[in-house]
Amino acid sequence: MTVTLLDYGAGNVPSVQRALQRLGINSERATTPQQIAAAKILILPGVGHYAALIRALDENSLRAPLLEKINAGTPFLGICLGLQALFSSSDEAPDLPGLNIFPGRVMTLPRTAKLPHMGWNTLQLQKESPLLDGVSSKDFFYFAHSYAATPADGQSNSPVIATSHHGATFIAVLEDKNICGVQFHPEKSGAPGARLLANFLRRTA
Amino acid sequence: MSLAHRIIPCLDTDATRVVKGVNFVGLRDAGDPAELAARYDAEGADELVVLDIAAARDHRPTFLETIRRVAAELAIPLTAGGGIRSLDDARAVIRAGADKVTVNTAAVERPALLSELSAEFGAQAVVIAIDTKLKADAQGAPYWDVMVRGGRDSASKDVIEWAQRAVECGAGEILVTSVDRDGTQLGFDIPLTYAIAKAVNVPVIASGGAKLPQHFADIFREGRADAALAASIFHDNIQSIRELKQFLAAQNIEVRYPC
Repeated sequence: MTVTLLDYGAGNVPSVQRALQRLGINSERATTPQQIAAAKILILPGVGHYAALIRALDENSLRAPLLEKINAGTPFLGICLGLQALFSSSDEAPDLPGLNIFPGRVMTLPRTAKLPHMGWNTLQLQKESPLLDGVSSKDFFYFAHSYAATPADGQSNSPVIATSHHGATFIAVLEDKNICGVQFHPEKSGAPGARLLANFLRRTA
Repeated sequence: MSLAHRIIPCLDTDATRVVKGVNFVGLRDAGDPAELAARYDAEGADELVVLDIAAARDHRPTFLETIRRVAAELAIPLTAGGGIRSLDDARAVIRAGADKVTVNTAAVERPALLSELSAEFGAQAVVIAIDTKLKADAQGAPYWDVMVRGGRDSASKDVIEWAQRAVECGAGEILVTSVDRDGTQLGFDIPLTYAIAKAVNVPVIASGGAKLPQHFADIFREGRADAALAASIFHDNIQSIRELKQFLAAQNIEVRYPC
């Protein structure tokens, strides 16, 4: 099994590669549309500014092949900004359209809490999912972000698997068929983070 | 179910080895950075800081290699710094495996550096390190003065004003070191940390003076610190991270434990 990491220049690509390596999984970086089209399993690691990610996708003509793969059912995991990019737009760069796989706008967390939301926090599990096998509400995951997606009220077939809270309740884990996303950094979240990555890979098998 | 207080061991290096000593005098070897990193990760450290304290230009490639070796051992975040003066310096450190960069003197001299780093990597990757010392102004009123160049020279800047300015410029976290307390093992500077935590809306890491588990409890409770950093007490096994967290958890202070 080889995992393809979409490399748009984010700092955490090597960390994700190392985290996969610790699980005995090979990975390769993809920077071209052809490499994305050839992917069997896709991870979009993201860190930093939303605009940097969206611009990189568009300037390198990666948006179309990425959407094509996701729509074709290729297992996909978005990390941090990689989750936020799945929505329609973000307050961090309102003019740049997201991948629009899920409706909704990524918003800044309320200023009543210290921002960035930085450090180890727990999850509130909302729904059973193999993605969170062996993960409990006592496990801590590492977050580093100021923007987040919020769960829509009363949505049927909600993709939200787990939320977390920092000033507001936001989406921490989502899953809809082949599409998964996590707001925290599993590659930096010790043993629970490794478990989540292993769960994601197991459900792709 | 809230954000855990972080315990952060700090590796001061001469680019290659972890060293200990005050103001670059009588530096002693304290071990291999990658070995210590692996140990702290296993013991439950929430994050790690690795610094090039000499920051000599010709040591740069060596320090980047050290960052690579340390990052390879970690499943927790890594902050690196020492001698970062430009966007290119920061880029090299992040490419080598750091999640965040810490800047100090260069940002005092040119605050725009913080904006440049924040625009490129995001505020969550930019840590402003502030060294400070209690002084009296011309009227004899006490204030905390910002110190630069390894805590040796005064920048003649009020620490609260500088902290606020640094956040406006794009710093996403403040690492505040009390030069007065550093190396004393008398405990963190609570009034200093509290004053900064109250003045800004970003996480604050307290540093300087830690020895006892109670010092950590006090800086979290009374100093309102989000994280606490220490070096030699961990290197010398005066304090194990696991026992420290156990102590804090028993006092109902939110920490990542068991981990």
